[in-house]
Amino acid sequence: MSSATMAERRPLENTLARVWALIKHHVLTVYSLLAFVYLMLPIGVVIAFSFNNPKGRFNYVWSGFTLDNWKNWDGVPGLRSAMVLSLEIAFLASLIAAALGMLIALALVRYGFRGRGATNLLIFLPLSSPEIVLGASLLTLFLNLKVVFGFWTILIAHVMFCISFAVVTIKARLIGFDRHLEEAAMDLGANEWATFRKVTLPLIAPAILAALLLCFAISIDDFVVTYFNAGPRTTFPLFVWGAARIGAPPQVNVIGTVIFGVAVIGMVANVLVQMRRERAAAAA
Amino acid sequence: MGFLHRHRNLTPYLLLAPGLLYLGFFFVVPLGFLAYQSLESGNFDIGYAFTWAWGNYWDAIRNYSGHFVRSLEYAGIATILALAFGYPLAYWIAFRGGRWKNLLLLFIVAPFFVTYLIRTLAWETILADQGPVVSVLRNVGILGHDGRLLATSTAVVAGITYNFFPFMALPLYVSLEQIDGRLIEAAQDLYASKWKAFLRITLPLSLPGVVAGTLLTFIPAAGDFINAQLLGSPQNHMIGNVIQSKFLELTDYPAAASMSFVLMAAILLMVALYARAVGTEKLTG
Repeated sequence: MSSATMAERRPLENTLARVWALIKHHVLTVYSLLAFVYLMLPIGVVIAFSFNNPKGRFNYVWSGFTLDNWKNWDGVPGLRSAMVLSLEIAFLASLIAAALGMLIALALVRYGFRGRGATNLLIFLPLSSPEIVLGASLLTLFLNLKVVFGFWTILIAHVMFCISFAVVTIKARLIGFDRHLEEAAMDLGANEWATFRKVTLPLIAPAILAALLLCFAISIDDFVVTYFNAGPRTTFPLFVWGAARIGAPPQVNVIGTVIFGVAVIGMVANVLVQMRRERAAAAA
Repeated sequence: MGFLHRHRNLTPYLLLAPGLLYLGFFFVVPLGFLAYQSLESGNFDIGYAFTWAWGNYWDAIRNYSGHFVRSLEYAGIATILALAFGYPLAYWIAFRGGRWKNLLLLFIVAPFFVTYLIRTLAWETILADQGPVVSVLRNVGILGHDGRLLATSTAVVAGITYNFFPFMALPLYVSLEQIDGRLIEAAQDLYASKWKAFLRITLPLSLPGVVAGTLLTFIPAAGDFINAQLLGSPQNHMIGNVIQSKFLELTDYPAAASMSFVLMAAILLMVALYARAVGTEKLTG
């Protein structure tokens, strides 16, 4: 009712408002597309320079297309072993952190208990400390206990900074969880462990998977904490750091592109499944 | 399992124990060791001894105040830039993204999929003296004939802004996405202009996202040393560079440990000031 009468009463104002809305609409869209370009620009450079054929040591200037870097992806000494170590650490760290995180998240969402605030604080603090402090404090622990630096110190460090991420991820999904299903299982005579295995675990499996993937991604990308606690070992980010001082070879871009590709494929698949599920839910 | 039935109130503690013990031993205890080390004196060759050497803290502040101030300054500017760039983008995805929202979000997270060091090296390529950006800026006269971007504070701040941008944009998006569109419609039905509806409804409701994004960007940015190392010159070095080199190259552990604590104190001070400005309830809620 009001829009029709308003249009008669204040035609000029209405047109102006519409023009203004149109401009604003498009300004924001153009801006957002530019922002996407900005976000994608370095990624484009990483991918493009994985096909570069650099003259000399420095892979900074475009000097011709080649597939050699992809064919010889481990043609640089140390790159393959660094990649293997990164994958091993990321795999183990995400498994351990997701398991520990799941238990904490279950306790936080399910039970009232004394010391809840302190628990939340202990989960929150590692997330809000600068990485350099996390790395430095672990370094002093290991130094003072005369621990030999290497695989285990890296793994311990990675589990440490992954736990909080796992708790936060799993907790977020557990909050919307229907407890009646578990109560029903218990009413039907299942004990706690059977209920957990047959009902709870399958229901929270997507949350655990999300936590595993997040921890894996954070672990494989970590530089700072690893740098402080790796001793003689070299993970992929440490390899890049070392290589950057003397000019990073294009193979580094190849690995970077592969990691990016795998992550994007995983995320896009996840989004598409979600969209399909939403559409199916809307249709039903 | 009979045990658990009889002691149901123990269950949460049993669930918590492994994870919290882990964090206790590998997060809290190390902070204690760091504090202990920060009050030691001596050097690597003759060994360190605990002597309540508070002087380490004064030395850290006196000798490296420039680095501390620069870290907070760079991190602060980068945070403001990320907020200014990120807010319109998050707004656009939240309100105009439609069913493509989740896919558009991927663009925001995408930088995280490229190893941190590699994307910083990519900026080094983009901003290089022979690169396209420098040559355009030289031609239009913004940069002088031999003007550079690399090894300047501009490059470091730009790198930090880019690298921590998703930490800002994601919480912004989450809080904007949760806003009930009917509230904005109601404001407009009551003759609020679009601008006014934004200022009175959307902006206040998105403040938790602004606060979360600001903290998530500022805290890691203040401790960063990678951008300063790869994109800056020694004149742009931040406190993270000093801590890193004292720990790993100079093995001057007490000095490095005390600097870590000064850094944390400085960050906490900034967060507290910020909390006072925006109101503490927004920080926790």
